[in-house]
Amino acid sequence: MSLKSIIKKEVKELLTPEAIVPVMVIAIVFAAMGNFMGGIEDELEEKPLIALINLDAGEHGRLVSTILEENADIIYNGTDVDEAIKIVKEEGGSAILEVPGDFSTNIENNVTGTINIVWIMKGVGVMDSIPSAKIDNLIQSINLGISAELIQRENDLDPVHVLYPTGREETILFKDREIEGVSPGTLSGMLSAQSVMVPIVTMILIMMAGGIIISSMGMEKEDKTLETLLTLPVKRESIVTGKVVGAAVIGLIMAGIYMLGFGYYMRSFRVGEVNLAERGLALGMLDYALVGLSLFGALLAGLALSLVLGTYAEDYKSAQSYLFPVTALALIPMFVFMFMDLGSMPVALRGAMLAIPFSHPIIAMRSLMFDDYLLVIGGIIYTFVFSGVMIFFAVRIFNSDRLITGRMTKKDGLLEKLTK
Amino acid sequence: MAYSGDKIGRGGAVPHSREVIQVKDLVKNYGDFQAVKGISFTVKRGEIFGLIGPNGAGKTTTIRILSTLLKVSGGSVNIYGNDVATEPEKIRHIISYLPEDAGAYKNLTGREYLKFMASFFDGGEEMVDKGMEIADLGDRIDDKVDAYSKGMKRRLLVGRAMMIDPKVAILDEPTSGLDVINAQEVRHIIKDYARAGTTVLLSSHNMLEVDFLCDRIALIDDGRIVEEGTPSTLKERYKANNIEEVFTRVVK
Repeated sequence: MSLKSIIKKEVKELLTPEAIVPVMVIAIVFAAMGNFMGGIEDELEEKPLIALINLDAGEHGRLVSTILEENADIIYNGTDVDEAIKIVKEEGGSAILEVPGDFSTNIENNVTGTINIVWIMKGVGVMDSIPSAKIDNLIQSINLGISAELIQRENDLDPVHVLYPTGREETILFKDREIEGVSPGTLSGMLSAQSVMVPIVTMILIMMAGGIIISSMGMEKEDKTLETLLTLPVKRESIVTGKVVGAAVIGLIMAGIYMLGFGYYMRSFRVGEVNLAERGLALGMLDYALVGLSLFGALLAGLALSLVLGTYAEDYKSAQSYLFPVTALALIPMFVFMFMDLGSMPVALRGAMLAIPFSHPIIAMRSLMFDDYLLVIGGIIYTFVFSGVMIFFAVRIFNSDRLITGRMTKKDGLLEKLTK
Repeated sequence: MAYSGDKIGRGGAVPHSREVIQVKDLVKNYGDFQAVKGISFTVKRGEIFGLIGPNGAGKTTTIRILSTLLKVSGGSVNIYGNDVATEPEKIRHIISYLPEDAGAYKNLTGREYLKFMASFFDGGEEMVDKGMEIADLGDRIDDKVDAYSKGMKRRLLVGRAMMIDPKVAILDEPTSGLDVINAQEVRHIIKDYARAGTTVLLSSHNMLEVDFLCDRIALIDDGRIVEEGTPSTLKERYKANNIEEVFTRVVK
């Protein structure tokens, strides 16, 4: 009987909403990730949407058309490049494949037959290079088909040419920019390498500083120092600001130390420097200043949100569970932007990502490479407005009874519930 | 450096005359629950006024309202001409609140804690010295608060509360956790401050302490003041030998 009582007491003590909610959220995130991965597989099985401009009436040109007609959804088949680009953009296609008039002649004369590809990219995340992988496979099939045909008949061609009769010239169209000589996979790889630090710095900074401020509130309650603090002749705004600035300073120092180590770790993986400047994608001083400002805005937003959550903490232990929403909000954008870009996300996901203030430094880094200043400045303004709203809530809570009594009543509205 | 009492700011005995705390029909609701049900009392300058009553009677709620920690649901509280509902920041400049189970920042030493607290009152070394004198922790003042015993911590907090020469000291169980000698010394400190003009609002479960310290007492039960008067008047009224007997008779 006594064992039963102890088990009952333990379960009751440990089975709190603070313990259950994070587990439930993690379960939901896993389910959503499974769904998402399933979505990728489905997408890989779908035929790519392309436009075909075949200017070659020769044998090899006809083979290209046949292979593409079998393995891709051709949404434009004609000769007008501008029209093809327009249609592919409208229909959400991936590329325009142009077979030049001398394609067959070149192949027959020991010269590589070039296929011109114009990639239409909506984003530069890893997921955004999936359509290009499918088209890469098509080009392989074309190469193989022509190669097989050349082998079947007797010829005096160079054996290497027979094995690799086709080549390609690529241009990416993304955000009104033309980037020549790069495939979507290479571009997304280059940009990920360049911008990998920002999501990680953001995540570490938010989690560190958020943890500090939430714990500080938990400690104030556990150590019974809060009541005395609140009767001192100091404005509530000063207490809130002091806590936010203090945590920001410590968070920056901690993140700095972490990043120093992480920088050395990352350096060991760098094989060759990617030359983004050559592609017109390098960031200038102003761009870095904007990324810094965006990061500062996200940090401020994270701290203000953590302070509001920290006011709900009863003690140091419960403070740790209130850190969970902040951690989740810092981790989600980091993972999502690893795979996808804002431009290629479903509308709901895009809205959710834009609503999370910690997304904006990540968005800023990529957007600035393509000179999308409006999105970056809008994001910075949003993070500061978000921080302002959270600080307003925090000051209201500090001015209310709730910090002392921890009470909320059923009759209260949302604002009252948050600040009473 | 034991407490000598010669550093109290206003110096000399002051006559009890002006009412500096006026509580009128005070009500405090927590949702549907009414913790304080319309209490009224006044406290004069330099007076030690005791709030006593059983657990959950509304003492701490009343004290927290006077300390600007909780909002007023009804009625009014005025301290030195300042309304607690509309001018809490002015009140915070003249009061010093010592909660019953207060703590101090564990990572600071006793001296650092007093310096930190003095900084809010623009107090210099003199204020910190006074706090150290009241705390009377000797060399241990430079140890981390975390290493203090319960009694040492309480002495530090009493030092913090009184070093600022508050116009009004609101003390919830001031001698809680102290041994007999230390408790007695703290009571003398409180008396000295009151003599020098500090108004003291005190709550305690120790009826000997209440009897010894308080000029007047209000007995709260179920959110209402059920008895009020000087200790001697109350003892006479209930034909009791001490305040404990008065308390028992009134509450039962």
